[in-house]
Amino acid sequence: MQLDAKIPEGPIEEKWAAHLEHVRLVGPRNRPHYRILVIGSGLSGASAASSLAALGYNVDCFCFQDSPRRAHSIAAQGGINAAKNYRNDGDSVFRLFYDTQKGGDYRSREANVYRLAELSTGIIDQAAAQGVPFAREYGGLLANRSFGGVLVQRTFYCRGETGQQLLLGANSALAEQIAEGRVRMHTRAELCDFVVVDGRMRGIVFRDLVTGEIHSAAGDAVVLATGGYSNVYNLSTNAKGCNVTAIWRAYRRGAAFANPCYAQIHPTCIPASGDHQAKLTLMSESLRNDGRIWVPRTAGDQRNPAEIPEEDRYYYLEDRYPRFGNLVPRDVASRNAKDVCDSGLGVGATGYGVFLDFRDAIKRQGESVINARYANLFEMYERITNDNPKKTPMRIYPAPHYTMGGLWVDYNLMTTLPGLFAIGEANFSDHGANRLGASSLMQCLADGYFVLPATIGDYLSSYPYGEITTDHEQFKTVENDVRDRVRRLLDTRGKRSVASFHRELGKLMINQCGISRNREQLGEAIRRIPELRDAFWGEVGIPGGGEELNQSLEHGGRLTDFFEFAELMCRDALERDESCGCHFREEHQTKEGEALRDDENFAHVSIWQYQGEGTPPTLHREPLEFDAIPLAQRNYKT
Amino acid sequence: MKFTLRIWRQKDAQQEGQFVRYELGGIEVDMSFLEMLDILNEQLTAEGAEPVAFDSDCREGVCGMCSLVINGKAHGPLQATTTCQLYMRHFADGDEITIEPWRSTAFPLVRDLIVDRSAFDRIMRAGGYVSVHSGPKPEPNSIPIAPEVAEVALDAATCIGCGACVAACPNGAAMLYTAAKVSHLGLLPQGQPERYGRVKKMVDQMDEEGFGACRNYAECEAQCPKEISIQFIAQMNRDYLNATLVKPVDRRSKMSAQ
Repeated sequence: MQLDAKIPEGPIEEKWAAHLEHVRLVGPRNRPHYRILVIGSGLSGASAASSLAALGYNVDCFCFQDSPRRAHSIAAQGGINAAKNYRNDGDSVFRLFYDTQKGGDYRSREANVYRLAELSTGIIDQAAAQGVPFAREYGGLLANRSFGGVLVQRTFYCRGETGQQLLLGANSALAEQIAEGRVRMHTRAELCDFVVVDGRMRGIVFRDLVTGEIHSAAGDAVVLATGGYSNVYNLSTNAKGCNVTAIWRAYRRGAAFANPCYAQIHPTCIPASGDHQAKLTLMSESLRNDGRIWVPRTAGDQRNPAEIPEEDRYYYLEDRYPRFGNLVPRDVASRNAKDVCDSGLGVGATGYGVFLDFRDAIKRQGESVINARYANLFEMYERITNDNPKKTPMRIYPAPHYTMGGLWVDYNLMTTLPGLFAIGEANFSDHGANRLGASSLMQCLADGYFVLPATIGDYLSSYPYGEITTDHEQFKTVENDVRDRVRRLLDTRGKRSVASFHRELGKLMINQCGISRNREQLGEAIRRIPELRDAFWGEVGIPGGGEELNQSLEHGGRLTDFFEFAELMCRDALERDESCGCHFREEHQTKEGEALRDDENFAHVSIWQYQGEGTPPTLHREPLEFDAIPLAQRNYKT
Repeated sequence: MKFTLRIWRQKDAQQEGQFVRYELGGIEVDMSFLEMLDILNEQLTAEGAEPVAFDSDCREGVCGMCSLVINGKAHGPLQATTTCQLYMRHFADGDEITIEPWRSTAFPLVRDLIVDRSAFDRIMRAGGYVSVHSGPKPEPNSIPIAPEVAEVALDAATCIGCGACVAACPNGAAMLYTAAKVSHLGLLPQGQPERYGRVKKMVDQMDEEGFGACRNYAECEAQCPKEISIQFIAQMNRDYLNATLVKPVDRRSKMSAQ
């Protein structure tokens, strides 16, 4: 496989500008002849679809929800970073670049990260022009808040609903283009497979989720804006519908998959209450500023937590990390929570939870101060758990939240499959082995508003437009493949629900390839996943038919792709024999229990190429270069 | 906990629907309402019966995908709460719970508890945006916005587009939904150039979709999971009146002809 990242020459500050000067363009008269298919309508999909349509391209946009506005970007709470330096606190493009690169534990591509930092300021301008109601100061200027892992205030926000407001902004731009007739919106439409002709991406096959009909759409390029794969763990902070199908099917058709093992497990979520839990809810990490984390010293201590005396409480973070205490980085906090629960000290019905206690903070600072700081979070917590966190400590546990891996893309955001692009969480390029808070919104919008509209012409202009329609025989072949797959799912005659298998896969993945991993567990997972997959095909039952709205069938289709993907994820985690960012291999840690990188052997992107069913995939490596910022051990202590 | 569920089942828009009773046991107080329905569906699957179709996605109250009229109330008995954020502890053991889809002419039924809310998207497309293409934009701090104005705009913009206002309204009006977007953009300086054309086009589209008229029942506000105020309806009415008085001329077609 030819891996050419197409990184422009020159100093890092000049790469993007130089690239724009040389990239091939499609002229305004020709753009209406091209058709681009955008899959997904979240921040990256909506911003890309609307921007491309505004340039004059014809766009078809697809989403599985009933409206493009429901994509899961809407749930992002905290904010969006931009190097505006409004606070006059020494922020700059370079500093944002540095923070992101360091936060990713030096496992991302410098040129892409620098470009992201460079474009960050324009995103705020764009969103404000759309009418996104950002928080303002008394004088009417934009307000900022602090966020984890950085020393400046550069996060812009709309209360706790920044993702929603930015998505509604991008969606309003999309609505305008739909009204103008330049975007055709397909809702309740699920991508099932891709059509590749002569080595180039020519279109997709999708299922109308209402009628069950299988349709095709042809285009000159396809853009995947389909998000991440945290739902491989079943329980995550992602929406129920989030799935790996689009990027997995693309991988099977020839697009290489990069760093599938990088998954961020967020330390402060509301723990599962039992087996039938549908999802996990994130609680803002800011709670750790005032809350103290502990578990009872004795396993099975059934006393009311408020009545457990000081000497019977194990403040394990303060104990193990006296210097940072409860404010250790996300990955360390998550790992330690798992560790104490594994040793039997966990709390709550399932034994997988730890206390986050505000008693001392309230005693010290007063209830009104703490309440002013966290009232909305306390209320959200109480609504879900029926416990008042001011009286009895919160119970929290880590939950899968974001995936840094994704389809490999070059500097133009094109995958290894010509004509197929991947943007937002669906690609791998900007967050390395760990994403910093308030960076995902920034990346989605940078890709969609600014990068892709500029770079897609480079590919499009190299080929004549509209060469192939859905009449081409390859479309019929793929449509029949898809129909076969649907039939195979419906022909299962077992009694077990799809959901029960998803739960089982999720448990396996979180235990063997979750917060911390080791060689033995990963090997076991790679053996057990195919067994579980076989059990699925033997025992699952999917009621109803294919020619109708059938939610079990939808879930079944997504789960079969998760099964296949899970194996690749474990394989990648096994192969990356080092710890970095969120990928913590127990065999590789410093004396303090921090992730220990092996830059000599693993300063690369792991890129997997599909070789057909039953054949192990091939591993390629893209070496990472560190010209602008020299490699250093991540250190948040001094 | 045990419950008797009366659930609206309907295969598709063509066939007639009916309530079907289900007895469901083994529910825990800490389960969410939708998790309770998940369990029902797993049981139905085990029996080889077809599960109940219902919409949901984020399950944290922000995507607007979930719906359900529960015991006569859109999103159930709790104020300021979407169905996905409703927990079984808010019901008593042994309760009979009636679950219906949103009922409105403008929201045709798709299956069981799922309706088609695309009319909302068409209202948005009629003008719920500021016409700006992607690209370099003015520095946002060059247009100061008083924080109280931005806050009120955000109060309106926080609408999740779930459709509870329509389901709650005896007339099936979509005034609160439409007013929320009209007010959000109408309050901000960025929304001024298109303000009156926007309100006219959105209200006209709303009428065309078959939503009912507003009679100030205020049920929409009472059942809105985001507690959006009917003050915004008053604001939209003011803007609409202004729009008809000043007779906005849409110059768009002339401009593109140049």
